[in-house]
Amino acid sequence: MGKLNVKENDIVVPGEVLAEGMDYLPSQGTYRLEDNVRAGMLGMVRIEGKVIKLMQLNGRYVPRRYDTIVCPVIDVLMSGWRVNTNSAYEAVLPIRDASSRFIPKGADLTKFFALGDYLVCKISNVTSQKLVDVSMNGPGLQKLEGGRIFEVNPHKVPRIIGKEGSMISMIKYATGCRIVVGQNGLVWINGEPDKEVIAYDAIRRIEREATLPGLTDRIKTDLEKKLKIKIESAQQFHEPQQQESQAQRDDSNKDSHPEEGGSEEEQY
Amino acid sequence: MTATKTHTLKRADLKKSSTEGLIPMTYDKRMDGRKRFEEMRPISAKVGIIPRAHGSAMFQIGKTIAYAAVYGPRELHPKFMQNPKTGILRCNYSMMPFSGSGERVRPGSNRRAKEISMVTENALAPVLDLTEFPNAVVDVFIELPQTDAGSRCAGICAASMALADAGIPMKGLVAAVSAGRVDDKIVIDLDYNEEAYEHGPVADIPIAMLQHTNEISLLQMDGEISKEQLKQALETAKKSMAQIFEVQTAALKEKYNVKAR
Repeated sequence: MGKLNVKENDIVVPGEVLAEGMDYLPSQGTYRLEDNVRAGMLGMVRIEGKVIKLMQLNGRYVPRRYDTIVCPVIDVLMSGWRVNTNSAYEAVLPIRDASSRFIPKGADLTKFFALGDYLVCKISNVTSQKLVDVSMNGPGLQKLEGGRIFEVNPHKVPRIIGKEGSMISMIKYATGCRIVVGQNGLVWINGEPDKEVIAYDAIRRIEREATLPGLTDRIKTDLEKKLKIKIESAQQFHEPQQQESQAQRDDSNKDSHPEEGGSEEEQY
Repeated sequence: MTATKTHTLKRADLKKSSTEGLIPMTYDKRMDGRKRFEEMRPISAKVGIIPRAHGSAMFQIGKTIAYAAVYGPRELHPKFMQNPKTGILRCNYSMMPFSGSGERVRPGSNRRAKEISMVTENALAPVLDLTEFPNAVVDVFIELPQTDAGSRCAGICAASMALADAGIPMKGLVAAVSAGRVDDKIVIDLDYNEEAYEHGPVADIPIAMLQHTNEISLLQMDGEISKEQLKQALETAKKSMAQIFEVQTAALKEKYNVKAR
């Protein structure tokens, strides 16, 4: 029988021997060298039966298909826009995916999106050479006006959004802010200035304490104390059909239908 | 008669001074007060010290301090350097102007810095897997605010931690230390005084080793050493590497083990 050297939630460094013997299988972020399963990056251990995975804790965003991202326009092209994805690769937003309205040939594209505008886009395609296409056809995909943008660790985004969007919905409800969290780690907040600060602090705290259990409750009491309100239960904020929850990389969400997000417009 | 006598006296005086003088003719004690020849200088390491970098680390060994900052993977310019098959690693080693004990080091690149940047890249490349980042670059900047020999080794140790901190996929950590001989003794981690020892032959051999396979990814030498002594030096260095890996691992884990406020 093989020997397991680590526990669930352990932090491991590259090269560390996670398990000895052929009974354990390497998966995401781990590899086999001779008889041992070793860590292939710095991460947190996840054990699923015999399979050992690593959850990445740090590092830049890598574009993935169907991710919803927040990105600034950095260049205007002949037939679209170039946007910065906050990764090593830039993305192109072609005219045909930019708007449901007809944009005639030769139109001044800066009238639609100018340099420096922030957009919420969905990645429509990523090639093997990491050429990225984004699209703005879909609920919640829009140009962002006003508010503020800040960057968080992209690997903490699933935690900021929470299970089925529970965490971010709670912050939205408590502060009354409009919030968009991009998978690439860019977050947009728009609301009353003092509430924006509270929402910002809450998101920063989630980012910092993402690996600790009982986070939702701590954020809840924190918000209640700061805003002097009562939030009944975090569970009420499950909003499976919203843009943020779709952005979650969760297998269970793959089957959800974005078109059904009827309440989307009221959100913004 | 008198002349001969004086002559003999002088000879005797010479012999006396050679045994009582301050400089030993054989190297039997380390100059900086370390107890053993295979002992390294005190080591400390810290991860995540440069907030705006994607990954960063500090590595100190004795009076030598190295800071490493990792940026990327990010877009690579000039474009002709891009490799469509994989991302590339680009290291930059730089000694700060008053980092040595001698005169001011002119800032910016020079022939020595270029060479060390290159060997650092080669020492780190075997553990990295950048195939997920075609056409991109991972930049590593190594700055040395203070040096007392062994700076390329300290730089490699810091860079390997910084790369792990930046979340770059890697097979294992890399540690480096210098080994060598001073006079007839095999020593580990030479400081500047030992490198500059004048009363016998000296060899200074910076070595970098991969943690997961114990393979050597950097081996340079300055000086002269016999085959047997080289083998002995490499074996001794291997034991020191294990200590460095421990320090690196502990520093990395410390940053990521968060506590609730």
